[in-house]
Amino acid sequence: MVSNYIPEEYDVTIHSENGVLGVGPFPYEGDEDPDLLNASKETVTLLQGGSYFDSAMSFSMVRGGHIDVTILGAMEVAGNGDLANWAIPGRMISGMGGAMDLVVGAQKVILTMEHVSKRGAPKIVKACTLPLTGKGVVDVIITDIAFITVEPEGLMLREIAPGVSKNEVMEKTEAPLQVASDLREMFVTA
Amino acid sequence: MTSDKVYPSSKAAIADIPDGATILLGGFGGAGIPENLLVAMADHPARELTVVTNHAGFGERGLAVLLRQGKVRKIICSYAFHRSAFVFRELYLEGKIELEQLPQGTMAERIRAAGAGISAFYTPTGVGTQAAEGKETRTINGRDVVLEHPLPGDVAVIKAHRADRMGNLTYRGTAANFNPVMATAAPLTIVEVEEIVAPGVIAPESVHTPSIYVQRVVRGEDLDLRSET
Repeated sequence: MVSNYIPEEYDVTIHSENGVLGVGPFPYEGDEDPDLLNASKETVTLLQGGSYFDSAMSFSMVRGGHIDVTILGAMEVAGNGDLANWAIPGRMISGMGGAMDLVVGAQKVILTMEHVSKRGAPKIVKACTLPLTGKGVVDVIITDIAFITVEPEGLMLREIAPGVSKNEVMEKTEAPLQVASDLREMFVTA
Repeated sequence: MTSDKVYPSSKAAIADIPDGATILLGGFGGAGIPENLLVAMADHPARELTVVTNHAGFGERGLAVLLRQGKVRKIICSYAFHRSAFVFRELYLEGKIELEQLPQGTMAERIRAAGAGISAFYTPTGVGTQAAEGKETRTINGRDVVLEHPLPGDVAVIKAHRADRMGNLTYRGTAANFNPVMATAAPLTIVEVEEIVAPGVIAPESVHTPSIYVQRVVRGEDLDLRSET
């Protein structure tokens, strides 16, 4: 999904854990290749210079620190960078898939998520209560209302979405949140 | 004289899989699943199987048929509860099947270790999570890591694109996924392919899985079969 929003002038190579580097856009109808899928099991295309490899090599790339950035969703994230995104005991277990490998292996871990749960509860918490995906692994949290970085001393609010007050962000965040001295308005594209 | 590993049918290729076997089953999404071998296994009496595979099957076909038949005692996978894995979910909620979920990279590396003669390895993946529970952890070069052991199979049931009659294999696109590493990690590797060629037709430098890892080759009876779409 993120790949749909990368500006054309950016030179970005997409890795997909099932064994491909250089994932391209979705194919036109009739051009689908059932042997060319992304990790969400959708048919995709391969860009010029792309490559295929098996699962062991794919995760050697991941764990070996060769991937610059991974972008994931979250159910809970804590002020110390702990992440939970794969199971709610008694209600929902999806499976960790490659997420536990990605969060320890990628150079930078970015979360994109709603700031609060569907019930309005904070998802950025003092301590995660759900089963963890990784400990102290998150670098950046991007929500519908805020841009926050995880620093050694805790969370730092750096940008706020247009029309949202600082107080609203603080109220919707359970974990302690410091405010950057150069706090800015978030740039939001259509 | 070269050995000929080609079997006449999927049924013949899987005929001696025993009860209680651990099966390494290739495939990710709809790509690289040995569909015809799975159809043959549905007609085969082997029960109490442990199946190691990336996810717990989609829809009603393929692996789901074996699950429905009650032939699978345990699934070891990285992602069990996709919404379309409803056959597995039903059995799991009824307590009729065991589940062990592993991080996908750890699963791949454990299978690789089994095939490569590695007794165990330390990895940072899963430290401080349920995936590390009950396992030795330590700090190496300032990093917390967990000890993981090999994950071998009794039989690898995999899919490749092409084989020669000696069992040299090539894969196509993302249909490789777990298949190459699973080929190395069982004493009996059974491969379904789309095309069988004479030795030498696959250029030596283009072989993905060398023939030493392959015991049986069969051309899939129905090449359009897709249990997951």
